[in-house]
Amino acid sequence: MAEAMPLLELAGVHTHIGRYHILHGVDLAVPEGRVSVLLGRNGAGKTTSLRTIIGLWRASHGAIRFAGAEITGHATPDIARLGIAYVPENMGVFTTLTVAENFRLADWRGDPQPARLDAVMAAFPVLAQKWQARAGTLSGGQKQMLAIGRAIATEHRLLIIDEPSKGLAPVMVAQLTEALASLKRARTTILLVEQNFAMAQALGDHVAVMEDGRIVYRGEMAALAADIALQTRLLGLSLASHQ
Amino acid sequence: MTPISRQSRDPLPYLVLPALMALALAAMKFSAWLTLTVAGLAVGCMLFLAAIGLTLIFGLMDVLNFAHGGFVTLGAFIAVAVLTALPIAGGGVAAALGVVALALAAAAAAGGGLGLVFERLLIRRVAGAPLRQILVTVGGGIILQQVMIVLFGAEPLALPRPEALRGGFIIAGAALERYRLMVCLLGLLVYAATHLALNRTRLGLLIRASVENREMVEALGFRAERLFRLVFAAGTALAALGGVVWALYAGMVTADLGADIIILIFIVVIIGGLGSVSGCFLAALLLGLANNYVGFLAPKLALGTDIALMLAVLLWRPRGLLPMDGA
Ligand SMILES: Nc1ncnc2c1ncn2[C@@H]1O[C@H](COP(=O)(O)OP(=O)(O)OP(=O)(O)O)[C@@H](O)[C@H]1O
Ligand SMILES: [Mg+2]
Repeated sequence: MAEAMPLLELAGVHTHIGRYHILHGVDLAVPEGRVSVLLGRNGAGKTTSLRTIIGLWRASHGAIRFAGAEITGHATPDIARLGIAYVPENMGVFTTLTVAENFRLADWRGDPQPARLDAVMAAFPVLAQKWQARAGTLSGGQKQMLAIGRAIATEHRLLIIDEPSKGLAPVMVAQLTEALASLKRARTTILLVEQNFAMAQALGDHVAVMEDGRIVYRGEMAALAADIALQTRLLGLSLASHQ
Repeated sequence: MTPISRQSRDPLPYLVLPALMALALAAMKFSAWLTLTVAGLAVGCMLFLAAIGLTLIFGLMDVLNFAHGGFVTLGAFIAVAVLTALPIAGGGVAAALGVVALALAAAAAAGGGLGLVFERLLIRRVAGAPLRQILVTVGGGIILQQVMIVLFGAEPLALPRPEALRGGFIIAGAALERYRLMVCLLGLLVYAATHLALNRTRLGLLIRASVENREMVEALGFRAERLFRLVFAAGTALAALGGVVWALYAGMVTADLGADIIILIFIVVIIGGLGSVSGCFLAALLLGLANNYVGFLAPKLALGTDIALMLAVLLWRPRGLLPMDGA
């Protein structure tokens, strides 16, 4: 299939955190309507890449383009307002607020639409039960559902999620995978950092592998999933062993 | 009652106030007790008005504004200016309240406006560097004080309270001053308004979310920086309100007013728990009452009351009466 212009594109992006040089020229393209998975060992720079995209770190060199417009160096709220939702590694749930209050802040323009909220509650029924509970009292899996639910409670052009399966029980992972799969079927554009093989393989169309702040492999998810030797070389061990 | 962020569910601190009042009642006649209690609550409310901005700014921005006292002084001078410009000799209660309301509004506007300038020129440049923040706010406070000496002079300025707000009435043998009752009302009003704004509005929700995780608030598309500026200006505006109330209470103003009460303000904020609105209110009332009771029962001990109270509270609750969770 011929590639149209990607929705999100990083070209030669470098990021410094303090005096540490973390990203060394990241090139990454996220095509519209697809799920792109970013893989890499611990400390490879996946989270740093996502934070640089959303503007929480500032790229020291290179360019980041979203929907054809350059967003390098823009302030985080301005980037978010272009239609990018970001679910961070620590989930970013406001634990001192209730579940309901967390959802009230899903959209900077105002309270999210009821119909949209209903759809989220249908995907994550437990959130409806915990509606008035403080988010801090939720389990890890419930918090992750809240984080993702809040991100999809309003219309976004791109959904960025950092390791949603981290620390979750297998049932939770399965439920999350199903929720994300239904987003995929609805042609939502997703950039997903994920170490869990089952989840990465079930969701990913494209895959990029990072190492030491660079993209060292790019291709179809199916191709990498089928090539154990390649996985071993890129990730140090086969994806299957991550389960 | 909830401060900026969620506070501990510990009910004990709330019992301190009634306990203190009961203890005092047991030690004196009812009429004396009532007089001292109303007066103490009034002083407490004035302390609250002067201190609430400091705790709000700290709670949201992690900024300890050592120039806070300067904004209190500013409010006091604005009160002098407004009441001098609009003398209402012999006017009725409505006229007196009108002029005071005008002074409060003018002070809040001046305090908030100057707060915005202060934030832009000083605070923003030292974001995330606590040590430099202390230096810059201390320095800014000194400049503020000197500028006010230049503008208003170093001599004390008299500020006679409007006729209608002087004096009081006798109830059950206790002398209740009008002005003190007014101050209590204003303190309650500001407490309720702050509490409602933080807990019942979308803006308050956003402020509470920013206290916990500013990055996430921004990633959701909200401009946290504007929110911070708004809170800073609200904090300095409230300090100026406190200044008006103090000035009318004392009947005179000097450029040292802020410097004189900043220690008390810090004691209130520390006893209450840094960042806690309800804690600030509770601590201010405690301090006001304790001072009055001790001053009546054991005048020789009066000077040490504030420090003793702070010591006792901190030994009992090292983070203050109603600390914010996770702070
Ligand atoms: N705030 C920081 N200050 C200094 N170094 C940092 C900071 N955050 C990340 N790093 C460093 O940057 C490198 C990349 O970190 P990053 O979090 O992006 O990796 P990651 O691929 O997301 O890893 P993981 O799989 O463990 O989440 C690591 O070496 C890390 O130590
Ligand atoms: Mg990471």
